[in-house]
Amino acid sequence: MKIENWKLEILKWNKKTICNLNFAIFILQLERSDMNFTEEQIERYSRHIILPEVGGKGQAKLLTAKVFVLGAGGLGSPALYYLAAAGVGTIGIADADCVDLSNLQRQIIHSTSKIGLPKVESAKRTIEDLNPDVKVIAYNERLNIGNITQIIRDYDVILDGSDNFPTRFLMNDACFFEKKTLVSGSMFRFDGQVTIFQPHEGKPCYRCLYPEPPPKGLVPSCQEAGVLGALAGVIGVIQAVEAIKQVLKIGDELAGYLLIFDALAMTFRKVKVRRDPQCSLCGDNPTIKELIMYEETCEIREKRCEK
Amino acid sequence: MAIKVRIPTPLRKLTNGKDEVIGEGKNVKELINNIETQYPGLKERICEEDGKIRRFVNIYVNDEDIRFKNSIDTELKDSDEVSIIPAIAGGKF
Repeated sequence: MKIENWKLEILKWNKKTICNLNFAIFILQLERSDMNFTEEQIERYSRHIILPEVGGKGQAKLLTAKVFVLGAGGLGSPALYYLAAAGVGTIGIADADCVDLSNLQRQIIHSTSKIGLPKVESAKRTIEDLNPDVKVIAYNERLNIGNITQIIRDYDVILDGSDNFPTRFLMNDACFFEKKTLVSGSMFRFDGQVTIFQPHEGKPCYRCLYPEPPPKGLVPSCQEAGVLGALAGVIGVIQAVEAIKQVLKIGDELAGYLLIFDALAMTFRKVKVRRDPQCSLCGDNPTIKELIMYEETCEIREKRCEK
Repeated sequence: MAIKVRIPTPLRKLTNGKDEVIGEGKNVKELINNIETQYPGLKERICEEDGKIRRFVNIYVNDEDIRFKNSIDTELKDSDEVSIIPAIAGGKF
């Protein structure tokens, strides 16, 4: 039956049959996708499929989407969890660290039994346990000028959950050159920021917002910086929401705005981020023509995994 | 003219933990100088020695970045809210 006929049919129903309405919508949403879902998939994603904004079509998009997450840490953990639960078909994860006891206050994709394992391996196991539909590609390495372009090239959307400025600028520049949408999240103590950089769509990049990283000594060192564990959940989950919206192409865009969360004041604010015509990367007369790796502003924790 | 200034957590050590302070000034430059007299050390964190805003800090008047208005000469009116928004990098740690 065609969708229009279904609608007419539904209008004829009396109140007793109204409980069938949800089921009818569900069937309609499924019919609209070309994907052959398994019964298990229909059940697993039923709460998505029933949403008119997602439907079978949207769920099929998610299952064929490729999302890359930089960092399986505070932000990466909740983001990865929800991307996997949503059925994002391919998830790439890059991280060179191993799971440490002090990570577990916020990095919920890992657990006590995984201490000593490479973070990418630990995250991969958690994701595979949650949702066998997801193919995880693990990169147990630090991103650098030599490998970043090749790694991100295959993905549709990139999430940045890194913990240092040089990597953030490197990822921003690489995404600009590769024309990738970058969902950026960051946090510090009780503050969080989320935005989307999309210079290939005429929207700003990270350098439009902050042209350069801070010099050494002007920001608190990584060792003295603390962070409220649950704040990571708020920011990482917003990144996952935005990445999923990008895949589904629904809702309002966060590109062009910076969302600022203050956990102590419990306020969300959105301020404008403009494309800077003077931007050294995506501006009218760019001076940056190739990838740059800035010096680390805090000690690199070179550590070998115990497992 | 009293202007509300929102202080981000990294700078609250300098404002006795306050997330919001009240300053005065006809423009952003005057406002920064005014809050510096109340909370010494703030200006150095926001501005270069020549008085320009540091490149990893943005100042917003309401929801607009002053770099796209009149920079530190951006005029202020009574109901304006000024925010200091520094770049933050933490994520993975």
